[in-house]
Amino acid sequence: MSDSDLTKLTLIETIKGLKNKQFSGEELNNTYRERIKQLNPKLNAYLWTAEKSSGIPAAIKDIIITKNIPTTAGSKILEGFIPPYDATVIERLKVKGIGVVGKTNCDEFAMGSSGENSAYGVAKNSWDLSKVPGGSSSGSSAAVASDMCVFALGTDTGGSIRQPASLCGVVGLKPSYGRVSRYGAIAMASSFDQIGPITKTVADARQVLEWISGPDGYDGNCVEEGFRVKGKGYGENLKGLKVGIPKEYFGKGLDQGVEKVVREAIKKLEELGAEIVEVTLPHTEYGIAAYYIIMASEVSSNLAKYDGIRFGGTRDKFGDEAKRRIMLGTFALSSGYYDDYYAKAARVRTLIKEDFAKAFEKCDVIVGPVSPTVAWNLGEKTQDPLTMYLSDAYTIPASLAGIPGLSVPCGFVNNLPVGLQILGKYMDEETILNVGEVYEKATSWHKEKPKI
Amino acid sequence: MKYEPVIGLEVHVELNTKSKMFCRCSADYFGKQPNTHTCPVCLGLPGALPFTNKEAIKKCLQIGLALNCKVVDLSRFERKIYFYPDLPKGYQISQYRWPLCVEGWLEVEDKDGKVSKIKINRVHQEEDTGKLSHIGGVTLIDYNRSTVPLVEIVTEPDFTDPSQVKDYAKKLQQIFRYLGVSSADMERGDMRLEANVSVRPAGQKELPNYRVELKNINSFRFMTAAIEYEIKRQIEALEKGEKLTQETRGWNEAKRDTYLQRSKEEAHDYRYFPEPDISELRVKSDELRIKEEIVELPNRKAKRFVADYGISRQNAQVLVDSKELAGYFEEAIKLGREKQLKPQEIANYIVNQKIKLASKDQVLRAVEDLAGKRVGILEDEVKIEKIVAEVIFENPNSVEDYQKGKLNALQALIGGVMRKTQGKVNVEKVRRILESKLQN
Repeated sequence: MSDSDLTKLTLIETIKGLKNKQFSGEELNNTYRERIKQLNPKLNAYLWTAEKSSGIPAAIKDIIITKNIPTTAGSKILEGFIPPYDATVIERLKVKGIGVVGKTNCDEFAMGSSGENSAYGVAKNSWDLSKVPGGSSSGSSAAVASDMCVFALGTDTGGSIRQPASLCGVVGLKPSYGRVSRYGAIAMASSFDQIGPITKTVADARQVLEWISGPDGYDGNCVEEGFRVKGKGYGENLKGLKVGIPKEYFGKGLDQGVEKVVREAIKKLEELGAEIVEVTLPHTEYGIAAYYIIMASEVSSNLAKYDGIRFGGTRDKFGDEAKRRIMLGTFALSSGYYDDYYAKAARVRTLIKEDFAKAFEKCDVIVGPVSPTVAWNLGEKTQDPLTMYLSDAYTIPASLAGIPGLSVPCGFVNNLPVGLQILGKYMDEETILNVGEVYEKATSWHKEKPKI
Repeated sequence: MKYEPVIGLEVHVELNTKSKMFCRCSADYFGKQPNTHTCPVCLGLPGALPFTNKEAIKKCLQIGLALNCKVVDLSRFERKIYFYPDLPKGYQISQYRWPLCVEGWLEVEDKDGKVSKIKINRVHQEEDTGKLSHIGGVTLIDYNRSTVPLVEIVTEPDFTDPSQVKDYAKKLQQIFRYLGVSSADMERGDMRLEANVSVRPAGQKELPNYRVELKNINSFRFMTAAIEYEIKRQIEALEKGEKLTQETRGWNEAKRDTYLQRSKEEAHDYRYFPEPDISELRVKSDELRIKEEIVELPNRKAKRFVADYGISRQNAQVLVDSKELAGYFEEAIKLGREKQLKPQEIANYIVNQKIKLASKDQVLRAVEDLAGKRVGILEDEVKIEKIVAEVIFENPNSVEDYQKGKLNALQALIGGVMRKTQGKVNVEKVRRILESKLQN
């Protein structure tokens, strides 16, 4: 097997290959490390890579705590911070024979939609080095897209797994809030943050979710049972499945090219036997405003510990976006403003949750675009934070509601990948993974590889 | 003008749970090597999360129910955001809008024995901070205490006299110990008091538009002294036409006065908001079960002692001082019954002679001693009166002292009677006879 064939293997295939002794673990690791050495200087996907590695090589977003391995959260304030413990997800992966081959670049404290807020330089989109890879799990998505790892872990707060997965043409799964322990994920906005897999196929995402999910006694919000792979799902077709299409996700701001690709994907789902129904999520337009108030409020307290007393640098090391959100949140929570901002946003959040609950009375999954556009030029939106915030309009509502969301490659616009977003009922990852997998098997988008 | 004090009290009590409030480190930190009871959670390391200690919540509910509070339907933890080096997360997990228990009360007695009900606004759960030590120009931080469970009990501003505050604090301490939720040791800082003091013209209904918070006072005595001083200071200031404002003051024991620590301008905006890391608490359904588990509390126990054993209220109060003492007293009653000792006699003996009852052995000995004394006890009133007359005749000085108003002199005369009878006479009986003879 040639080196590039080896790194093209999916997680499931890699496990099989190791089991059947088609290649050794050492071979596998050497090949990946060699590829990282070649490609990473171009892509800047990794902030740290292992000198030696073993097990199945996984790329871990640098916001996830790894024992004895530097963890920066993409921030200068944590430069040189070497955690004394492992995140729950890392402990669980290690038990399954997974090794940390590197820590991946991300927007500072996961705050960003382009990767450009990383204090360590932006990661590049492997389909076009002049484009952003999306964010904040920018390096994890770029690493999977360029076969610099078997799979990656990212975190999704307002779309940070789904959106870069969409822009990089890979599979990204944001599990339901509470499905995976957040213990060891450096907090950005605690009521949204969720760790999830970024993979080459849907089956891989399902496997990783099975490994990392379930309560650990360290995250009080992670109490549901772990995700377990069950049955065969829908197999080859989607007969009996109802797919909801929210009209609010196809309005102003959606790129025509992206809309065309997504509509074609929906047609494909119909061809596969699904029934398409129109649903409405009427409070979608308030999602971004509510999200930015609650998220920033949580950020302002979560970043309070970075005072330079016990670890890390002083506060002047925070980047602009971190400072912006600390100020927004501090303002929103200030005496006399709480009711107008935080409390109101919390009510909007409830309404958005109810929107989804109502919509799911009519359908099993909700499908639409992940991102209104394909990957944009580096630097294009950095001067205009609000435009940047609007790029998350389709991912944020699911984050507010805590429901699971999957991004699956569904085509290209101008040679840049487009992702199909499949949203499911709370704690029903199984259905969205099954739908994603049937779609994936019926198409070949996920097999397309960037030429680097 | 006549003024009356308006006083409210905030009490913090550290719970004696095995592990800390939000992590699994041992909460038994006192006197331990600094920073040995720590983990990523209580050190506030990046990525760490709080995980609620259910035992602490149960103890908080026990306190609330012991103080006649209602358990709310929905409670939440919240983040109280402020900067201090002993607070590693940059915020304290506390409760503000959604406390666990509300609307309770406790009866207190003032120095004249007048009983009044103090309303309790809330009983809520929070976590302790680390501890700073300022030594030789440097400040050391010990996080062993970080996130040890702390319960805060806040009263309405219902106290009108420092003696009520003292009684309230003592009763709380007693309740904590009865419940077994805390050793409530003031010196160790298990129990901390903060008083809000202001004064208003007597008869005024509205609360004053300011209040002075007295903080970091670690004994009942100092707290009483500080409140007394503060009342005096505030009345004097108002009489001079000064305007009083919101401020925090401490107590200087050497100078015996209060001093300014923080003025209104320096007050914090804590920016409370719901703690997203912890789910809502719905514990109303536990209320009944926890209520049933609560031991008999001192107030009720004392009332029962009076009703069941016919002992005096004063004696009952002394005997219920601790759950242990009360238990031994009841054991002594059981043992005494076989020796025809009455509960009243046992109570008098234990209280008057200050008999130590801290083990089964001591209970047995006390009962046997008392029974032994009672052998050949002098019951004949005529004989006692005769001996009393003798003692009065032999001690003219004491008699004169007593008649001049020195009530202590009576004790000497009682002693004389006891000596002549080798103690085989009931003290109360002697006192009664002496008093009636001396009044004639």
